[in-house]
Amino acid sequence: MPLHAPLPDDKGRKRAFEWLLFAVALFFLLIAARLWYLQVIKAEHFDNLAQRNRTRYLPIAAPRGTIYDRHGEILVGNRPSFTVSVLRQDVTDKELLIQRIAEILECSVEEIQQNWAKFKYFPRYLPLPLKSGISRTQVEKLSENSIYLQGMIIETKPVRSYPCETAGAHIFGHVGLISAEELEQQRPEATSRAGDLVGKSGLEKHLNNTLRGIDGQLLVEVDVRGKLLRQRVKTPSVPGKNLTLTLDKDLQIRAQKELEGMAGAAVVLDTNSGEILAMVSSPAYNPDIFTNGISTDDWLELLNHPRNPLQNRALGGQYPPGSTFKPVTALLAAAYPEISKVDEVIDCEGKTKIGKRDFRCWKRTGHGPTNLKKAMRESCDVWFYTMSMRLGIDRIAAMARDLGMGQSYALPLDSERDGLIPDREWKRRRLNEPWYMGETAIAGIGQGYVLSTPMQLALMTATVANGGTLHKPHIVKNITTHTNSSEFESLPEVLHESAIPQGAMAQVKASLEAVVHDPRGTGRSCRIEGMRVAGKTGTSQVISLADDDEDLPEEEIIYRHRDHALFIAYAPADKPEIATAVIVEHGEHASKTAIPVTRALLLEYFDLEDPAQ
Amino acid sequence: MFDRRLVTNLDWAFVGLILLTAGIGIANLYSATSGWNPSGTPLYLKQGYWLGLGLLVMAGVSMVDYRHLLHLGPAAYLVCTGMLVAVFILGETNMGATRWLDFGLFNVQPSEIMKPVIVIMLAHYFSRHEHPDGHSISNLVVPGLILFVPVLLVMKQPDLGTAMLLLFIGATMALFSGIRPPTLAFLGSACIAIALGGWFLLHDYQRARIRTFLDPERDPLGSGYHIIQSKIAIGSGGFWGKGFMQGSQSQLSFLPERHTDFAFSVFAEEWGLVGALVLLSLYMLIVFRGVLVAHKAANNFGMYLAIGATSIIFWHAIVNLGMVMGLLPVVGVPLPLFSYGGTSMVTTMIAAGMILNVGMRRFMF
Repeated sequence: MPLHAPLPDDKGRKRAFEWLLFAVALFFLLIAARLWYLQVIKAEHFDNLAQRNRTRYLPIAAPRGTIYDRHGEILVGNRPSFTVSVLRQDVTDKELLIQRIAEILECSVEEIQQNWAKFKYFPRYLPLPLKSGISRTQVEKLSENSIYLQGMIIETKPVRSYPCETAGAHIFGHVGLISAEELEQQRPEATSRAGDLVGKSGLEKHLNNTLRGIDGQLLVEVDVRGKLLRQRVKTPSVPGKNLTLTLDKDLQIRAQKELEGMAGAAVVLDTNSGEILAMVSSPAYNPDIFTNGISTDDWLELLNHPRNPLQNRALGGQYPPGSTFKPVTALLAAAYPEISKVDEVIDCEGKTKIGKRDFRCWKRTGHGPTNLKKAMRESCDVWFYTMSMRLGIDRIAAMARDLGMGQSYALPLDSERDGLIPDREWKRRRLNEPWYMGETAIAGIGQGYVLSTPMQLALMTATVANGGTLHKPHIVKNITTHTNSSEFESLPEVLHESAIPQGAMAQVKASLEAVVHDPRGTGRSCRIEGMRVAGKTGTSQVISLADDDEDLPEEEIIYRHRDHALFIAYAPADKPEIATAVIVEHGEHASKTAIPVTRALLLEYFDLEDPAQ
Repeated sequence: MFDRRLVTNLDWAFVGLILLTAGIGIANLYSATSGWNPSGTPLYLKQGYWLGLGLLVMAGVSMVDYRHLLHLGPAAYLVCTGMLVAVFILGETNMGATRWLDFGLFNVQPSEIMKPVIVIMLAHYFSRHEHPDGHSISNLVVPGLILFVPVLLVMKQPDLGTAMLLLFIGATMALFSGIRPPTLAFLGSACIAIALGGWFLLHDYQRARIRTFLDPERDPLGSGYHIIQSKIAIGSGGFWGKGFMQGSQSQLSFLPERHTDFAFSVFAEEWGLVGALVLLSLYMLIVFRGVLVAHKAANNFGMYLAIGATSIIFWHAIVNLGMVMGLLPVVGVPLPLFSYGGTSMVTTMIAAGMILNVGMRRFMF
């Protein structure tokens, strides 16, 4: 065995071993240093990555705030909406499951299959929605059969409920999925995500940030294949803030009901605070059709309806106020007797000449000798022409504005319009024309350029009723959080205090009361036993008819050519609480349409029995 | 024939270190595979069987006096090289690489057997060719050939990891036997030149691995996934670790190959820096123990044999650890005693047996 004996512990060998041990130690030190780097220096970084690896955040939808009426009745609430979904990780037999679900839901297998395919790329830990908005009975059936439907789950999410149905649709508005443009608008501080529900119209839109809640987060632990392993609530959702409106639910529903079948609007205001007690526009729609996404057919029907149910006529409809404007002129005449010579008796011969033109009274035979009271009571145009000419358009315009007309009030609602109170300056600016004398007379009876929304008419009425104090109209009474702490409380806000002499005011108010309570009053059909009501009728011409057509029987004038019927009122006349304005498009005569609606509202508000029925 | 001194001289501390490390490895496998649906024997139990077999192999290897290996060396080398050639003709192809020979009862991976064989062969050569001033180029031609024939064969399989290990083991032995400084400088520059040239000889997947190693974020869901997830596992373990069976990366399957090549990542995630350093110390002690055996070896052959056997364990450990920590490309080298697998266990135990063999016969001449 020629084994070489080890070299004696010579220097070279010793150094070789030293080098060897040094190298070994160096390598292990390098590994240890790397460990230190990974596990101490970068530990937090890698810990975050590990967390992100295994956790996903799912939003928990927060219910929107409830909308209440002034008495705490629910106007817009939340109800659960049920969706059949599948957790794919638990599904054993896909085809059988689809078939059974389709059978219970009484829909086609293809529909379920299509939905399944549509959401195929949903992460596996997310339930895949198959069908939304299923009924309670279907939920019960599915739950009973759940052992045969392995993998199926029923998801519940809060959606809007509308106990008032159509009443107030224009005020409340509707919610829908946030659009790309709305998401874009929110930047850079986006608080919503795609798939969120946002207010699309009405209060839901304008007070979206108040009503919407803050979504919570569900922390979900998943494995490498996205299979859900555990979940826990990280942050609970915070429900939206509750809104209490100034509306009276019963009054609102009654108003909507009374206007059914007609196109028009009704507004009821509290005369002493500007609170909106009721505001309806007809025809209306039930916002519930938007809840699970409106169908194309429903949407087209709403959009193409000849009477445009989407429009809020109470705020956005601008009508010539016609004779309902006369209280403005009368008040002005009474306030400036030295200019208007209001105490003079004016002889109405059925027409008066201004310049070279004849201006006719609606009563061709004339009213005979007429004073303020008679003029108001019987709506004598000649008396108002005369007063208007004496006072001038600028005074009329100023008074109308003082009483609340010709401007909007920044209500948190859609398409509120300004109306129009014309004056010399306006005409020059707008039409670049001088003001003509005759236009003053026409404006004095609420025709011509004058336009008003039902809201402004009600406001003018309320201002007259309370003696000249213009309150800012408002609809939000208070806002509270879900824990019931107050966020906002509305107070009556006075916009203008008219300096109208007491006597003048009393004179006009007496004349308005006579409209209803005098046997010759145009508004006598509004009389209510045991209640003093003041009011004024109005008719606004839709088109000017040729002279010889005027005596056609009403039935023969086609609907869209018929005059609008208006009626404004406040009650009780001696101590006013509410003011109303009702307009019925193409309603012809107030007594036929606008007055019955007003009367019903007064009965409803004062909780009176209608002795006539 | 049996000498009682063999038992007294047996390095029980070394055996203890081996058993302790393997035991921790089995516990770690239990955690790493706890989420799996066992069909048949669970993996950690199988690893226990492999450990039992490994201990038998270790005992067997340590029994036969290593001096007999001196004569067996050339023959074993030739047979093993022949088997490497045979792999190309008869080998089983698995996942794009041909590494196995089917012997009916069991499969053999000649490249694994080559590890101890090359150690014997080089120990044989270096123990007979000592140069007090170190080897020159001409002295290194023969060991170079001995080394590079199998290295190239293994590389062609292709099995970059094993080829690299054979190279490292051979280089360690050559360096230990001494190389003249100018020769060393020349070889160093040659290596760099070959590395650059070798880039063009590499397979696409091998290049991809190296590219991904240099920048794992290039392909976070593809070839970079292993390294990224492994680093996340180790790093997120932090100082104290997440606790046994609590590693989210491991338990939720984000970490691939966690029972084999990335077993250490599981351990580092669950036991933190503290546990990882303890394990690191165990490997270092095993290596130091091997070097000590070499230092006290009765003769040159034994010394080289112990150095070579130790370097097998050392390089496996360093390459695997460097790999899972993102210091080296992912080349599929298991961590001795820790990664699941019979082949790795047997190779490691052969090396351990050789060390014990040399150690217990240090007083025999």
